[in-house]
Amino acid sequence: MSSIFCEVSKYLMIIFFALYTWECFSVFQRKKTKERQAAVFRRQNMLMFLLHFDGFLVLYDQTQNSSVLIFYGAQVIFFLIVISSYKLLYEKSAQLLVNNMCMLMAIGFLILSRLSFDRAVKQFTIAVGSMIFALGIPFFIQKIKFVRNLSWIYAAAGLLSLGAVAALGATSYGAKISFRIAGITLQPSEFVKIIFVFFVAGMLYQSRSLKQIAVTTITAAAHVLILVLSKDLGGALIFFVVYIVMLYVATGNPFYFIGGLAGGSAAAVAAYKLFAHVRVRVVAWQDPVRVIEKEGYQICQSLFAIGTGGWFGSGLNQGMPEKIPKVEQDVIFSAISEELGGIFAICLIMVCMSCFLMFLNIAMQLKDRFYKLVALGLGTTYGFQVFLTIGGVIKFIPSTGVTLPLVSYGGSSLFSTMILFAIIQGFYIIREREGKQNGQKEESLRQ
Amino acid sequence: MGKKKNPSVNNREFAVVAYCFIGLFLCCIGYFVYFQLVKSEDFINNSYNARQENFEKTIIRGKILSADGEVLAETNTDSEGSETRRYPYSELFSHIVGYSTKDHGRSGIEAWANFNLLRSNAFFLEKTMDKVTDEKSIGDNVITSLQYPLQQAAYDALGEFDGAIVVMEPATGKILAMVSKPDFDPNTVSENWEQIVADENSKSPLLNRASQGLYPPGSTFKIITALEYIRQNPNDYQNYAYSCSGTIQENNSKLSCFSGEVHGTVDLKRSFVKSCNTSFANMGLSLDADQMKKTCDGLLFNQALPVEKLETSKSSFVLNQNSSTSEVMETSIGQGKTLVTPLHMLMITSAVANDGVLMKPYVIESTQNHDGQTVKTYESKEYGLVLTKEEAGILREYMRETVTSGTASKLNGMSYEAYGKTGSAEFGTNKGDSHAWFVGFAHREDKADIAVAVIVEKAGIGSAYAVPAAKEVLDAYYR
Repeated sequence: MSSIFCEVSKYLMIIFFALYTWECFSVFQRKKTKERQAAVFRRQNMLMFLLHFDGFLVLYDQTQNSSVLIFYGAQVIFFLIVISSYKLLYEKSAQLLVNNMCMLMAIGFLILSRLSFDRAVKQFTIAVGSMIFALGIPFFIQKIKFVRNLSWIYAAAGLLSLGAVAALGATSYGAKISFRIAGITLQPSEFVKIIFVFFVAGMLYQSRSLKQIAVTTITAAAHVLILVLSKDLGGALIFFVVYIVMLYVATGNPFYFIGGLAGGSAAAVAAYKLFAHVRVRVVAWQDPVRVIEKEGYQICQSLFAIGTGGWFGSGLNQGMPEKIPKVEQDVIFSAISEELGGIFAICLIMVCMSCFLMFLNIAMQLKDRFYKLVALGLGTTYGFQVFLTIGGVIKFIPSTGVTLPLVSYGGSSLFSTMILFAIIQGFYIIREREGKQNGQKEESLRQ
Repeated sequence: MGKKKNPSVNNREFAVVAYCFIGLFLCCIGYFVYFQLVKSEDFINNSYNARQENFEKTIIRGKILSADGEVLAETNTDSEGSETRRYPYSELFSHIVGYSTKDHGRSGIEAWANFNLLRSNAFFLEKTMDKVTDEKSIGDNVITSLQYPLQQAAYDALGEFDGAIVVMEPATGKILAMVSKPDFDPNTVSENWEQIVADENSKSPLLNRASQGLYPPGSTFKIITALEYIRQNPNDYQNYAYSCSGTIQENNSKLSCFSGEVHGTVDLKRSFVKSCNTSFANMGLSLDADQMKKTCDGLLFNQALPVEKLETSKSSFVLNQNSSTSEVMETSIGQGKTLVTPLHMLMITSAVANDGVLMKPYVIESTQNHDGQTVKTYESKEYGLVLTKEEAGILREYMRETVTSGTASKLNGMSYEAYGKTGSAEFGTNKGDSHAWFVGFAHREDKADIAVAVIVEKAGIGSAYAVPAAKEVLDAYYR
């Protein structure tokens, strides 16, 4: 009987998530009436809690471990507090972002609990701490205006911490990306991503003269170079793309976009020729089965997981995602696809996409150029990271070893993504205020 | 540009970025769907995919069936629920169907189609009921292109000898029979494992000689030497003439015709039909070795054969401009360093039969659920043109005459029209120890053409041992 429960739950979770995803996009269309929008958000919350409940019930049924139930309860309280405190503290907050953030975390907790209960608990603890910190951010965003004048402090802090990791950091899977301080592993590049966006936005907000652009480009290139030298290819790519996109939007000059991409491609070819660790990734991407013993092992296992799971998945605890190296971090998407199904996985991509669209939407509607650029930069950071990690594990592009924000295991990634969401949340609140003060009719969202 | 600028104009760039990223996400989703629909099935059927073992807990392994509906492998469950894999024909299909064991892995179709056999595409209500009642679902069946009567005929034709016989449809690439001896009983392969793999048993019964055994091609290689001579002398190959005196000597290297026969004056066709060694050695000496290597590479020597799933060995051809005279002469008649697998020779022969077009050999035709509903059909695939239509025509004519008035005359006067080339491949140091070869094909209006390759180890000359074996197979097919 327990297996039939598992089987039914498998389909139920797909249905819940598909409906949730549908609501993510329907909210863009029904912008006009506040009431209907509020109803959508309530339905989303309900669907999330149903999915979450069903998932943990299956896990409990499978493991018969009562701590799973306690853990589940703690998460429900956490999500309730997050959702209600945003509503209480910030009346104007973007509910869709809060919902998506909770949904992605819920999926993360669920799959992590299945993969490694200890890690899931650790992840949850970090989430709680991060949330307390992040809840204050929208408030500060509104009060503190001088953040735009600190560009060089951001650059110095960013370069210093990246440089320190490159010089002293611990090597993990061939890349130097983290520090260990007092038993806690810190991955500074996750935070530098955010201050890098502030740096670029501040510089291009001040001036868009050729000299300013040159200085900014050189500093940005220094970030990318340090990351390449520490073999953090995914990080380097994200910084690069974020910079190109911000430069293009700030100047409105498509030449920077096209030229930047061309230059980036040339640099990629050079990197391929120069660095063995780049070639390894490309070889593993081209024909992973041929090098399955070594370079292609991870990607093959990832594809085995996705393919074997099929459209509907094997059901929680029924697959073998633990066969994939680093499954909790970089390859979590494949574990989700294997056990919860390909349809669920596609919905997950759509939810991430709806977050990204929401970010850009907010950026478009802000009046302040600096905020606009920051929102754009953070949105691009998020969107491109999602693309890199999912594209990498499904072998659409060579794998670069980055995490899926809010879902993957990793404290630095989780913390920094929550900060990122909170900053955007702050901008949204500013926008809503501006909208009201100017008495302008609300532009309908275009996406 | 300044703060005064209308934000909606400025927003154009935002829209460009948004659309670019929507494009990236949609491409990701598109690739994901493509992988699930198209690539996944083949990709996940890999021995490194440990998930396969997981399926055995919920699925009863499906059957392997011949094209004519015979059960070649099935799983029986006894009253206590323990499962045994049974092979009703024991040794008959041992290499091609293979075995599936817990301790010693899998081989043959059992290995290649492992995933198909462990998937159940039974009606979903039935599968749901199985879940409710906690019973195993019945896995899909794999339908092969193997034909039981043909396999039996080939098995009997080989008799007590070691060797291999492969039969294929040149127009489709379907493998109809594949026998390799010595063989083993897949029913007891686990129990007898030690004995089967024992060192002193140097005959390696687990090796599928048909696709993995490497043999000198002997005179069957003259098909390729003749082809090369035609290619290098496109206008006057018909005018080739050689006076065979039974032996040929060049730079202190000597070579003779089989058992000292003297063929007199022969042209290219006659040399082929009579399998005149000295004439072919003479031809070989006039050929550009590098060109010949190119032709051989074009015929899939020195590379993996384009056969999905089936384990194959690479044939080798290593002649070059610096090769010694004796090596050139030896190579021209299929001795020397050249090595081929029977399947490879069969593929070349099939291309001759099929106007130069090589079809990729395959043995799995389709998978069905246990109710007989087709799940997936595997289409025949073309590899490409390896000979021109004209070349194939000339070689067909030569091979036909080999049957009507040459070394394969035992196949003459049948209800079908046979074509072929015999060979006796010497091996080892004892002069006269040789494997008997035959490659050929047959045609009759009412049935699809078939090609056959026969190698009988240590039997002697091809015309005496391999041709009769081929005849038994062809007779069985056209009966």
